[in-house]
Amino acid sequence: MISNSINRKIITLLKVQYSNMLEYRVEIALWAISGIIPFFMLNIWTNNNLNESINISNIMLSRYFLCAFFVRQFSVVWVVFSFEEDSLMGKVSPYLIQPLNPFFRYFAQHIAEQITRFPFAIIIAFFFFIFNPESIWIPNLGILFLSIISTFLSFLIQFLIQSIVACLCFWTEKASSIERLLFIPTLFLSGLLAPVASFPEYVKSWIYFTPFPYLIDFPANLLSGNTTSVFGGFSMQILWIFLLFPVFRKIWSAGTKKYTAMGS
Amino acid sequence: MNPRKYLKVYTKFLHTSLASELEYKTNILIDLITAILSLIGSIFLLSIFFQSNGSIGGWKFEEALIIQGIYTILNGITNTWFNPNLTEIVKHIREGTLDFVLLKPIDSQFFISLKKINPSGFLEIMLGFCLLFFCIRINQINLNLSFMTLFFITIICSICILYSLWFFISTTTIWFVKTWNAIEVLRSFLYIGRFPLNSFSFSLRIFFSVFIPIAFITTIPSEVFLGLSQLWKILLEIIVAAVFLTTSRKFWLFALKFYSSASS
Repeated sequence: MISNSINRKIITLLKVQYSNMLEYRVEIALWAISGIIPFFMLNIWTNNNLNESINISNIMLSRYFLCAFFVRQFSVVWVVFSFEEDSLMGKVSPYLIQPLNPFFRYFAQHIAEQITRFPFAIIIAFFFFIFNPESIWIPNLGILFLSIISTFLSFLIQFLIQSIVACLCFWTEKASSIERLLFIPTLFLSGLLAPVASFPEYVKSWIYFTPFPYLIDFPANLLSGNTTSVFGGFSMQILWIFLLFPVFRKIWSAGTKKYTAMGS
Repeated sequence: MNPRKYLKVYTKFLHTSLASELEYKTNILIDLITAILSLIGSIFLLSIFFQSNGSIGGWKFEEALIIQGIYTILNGITNTWFNPNLTEIVKHIREGTLDFVLLKPIDSQFFISLKKINPSGFLEIMLGFCLLFFCIRINQINLNLSFMTLFFITIICSICILYSLWFFISTTTIWFVKTWNAIEVLRSFLYIGRFPLNSFSFSLRIFFSVFIPIAFITTIPSEVFLGLSQLWKILLEIIVAAVFLTTSRKFWLFALKFYSSASS
């Protein structure tokens, strides 16, 4: 009985959010296009033969950046911006009364958006292969499955981090600027612009203890077939999720106690 | 057109928006840290590119830093003026408040593009200038008057092109209502301005100088800075800037004909 009602909740949430997201197809297409920075980076790498120094062939590098694009497409999180708007507008109050943590709603929103985004990402990948026909490859099913899981875990880590930041909205009005601050290390250290393998030694020595390389570099390496430690990557991803989740729980319960609706 | 009236109105704009922005003091501090981290991040990325190669697209590391400096200044200008104002257009059109702007006895383009100001961008502009002064020292550039005037002319042209691009996309809101993501696409393309144009492959170079003139925005001022630029390039930039400004103005007036308030 209980599992049945949970299932129904999940399906309803996803259905509602998916039809909502389909309304904004054009927006999502544009958003997908705005993620093509990895391809420009690839162009710099291969056009200047920079990859020779890090022992990655042109083809492997182009696959890496294509995978980085994909991982990024399916791990984009914007919960803090939605939550900030909702809490400033006072929309959080009705959500709080419902017997469902509002973050499930946002979570469903993200998943629905990813489903909507999928065809656009495929189209962009198709164009990429037209320009780089030599980099076409088909990953085997096991690898594909593992990389989908690791992409999802990466999404989960980012979702938890942003939810923690979003909860700061209970104390300050502009939590999104903290998110913009956190986005900078994510951008430069996650492997979106340059593979972590190419980083200088003094960065490599500590970066694997931070969550950043597991956000894009690890899933992208896994999918593209570059060398990476599968076990180490997964265990670090899971470790970070286990570390972040209690923090979120704590900050959420503290925040809701602190919450006073606008105008009260 | 009465320049004194406009100047007076502008000082009022400055006063009101500074007063409201300074309410969020910690926000400004966080934005400053974000700007510094972002500059460090891009220099870090640049150093990865240069760790084995002496030059990229004919640019040495010290010379490529100039591009970073100019990019930082322009990004600061974008964050100070273009971003807060032009995202406001989207709001005006969605909520129908553009009516009030159009009724005011003042030029509507002037009003919507200069109404707001975000002081945290100033810090970024200063940061960019500091980097440029540092570049003057390490590249041993001797300053003289003709060099300074040429540099300022090209920088002003870059600002005009950048403004026109932003304004152009924001204007399309009149038809599409939600162009928030189109702005994101523009932002991600502008990211290319951090790197010398010559480091990209030929086809991308054409794309970035003909369709979206990002090449003109940072590369030509940097070349002028190094004393490398030919006269025809500077003239071309002036022409491009003039064309962009007039087109964006015409486009705005054209788009206004299609404006049909909200709920009508």
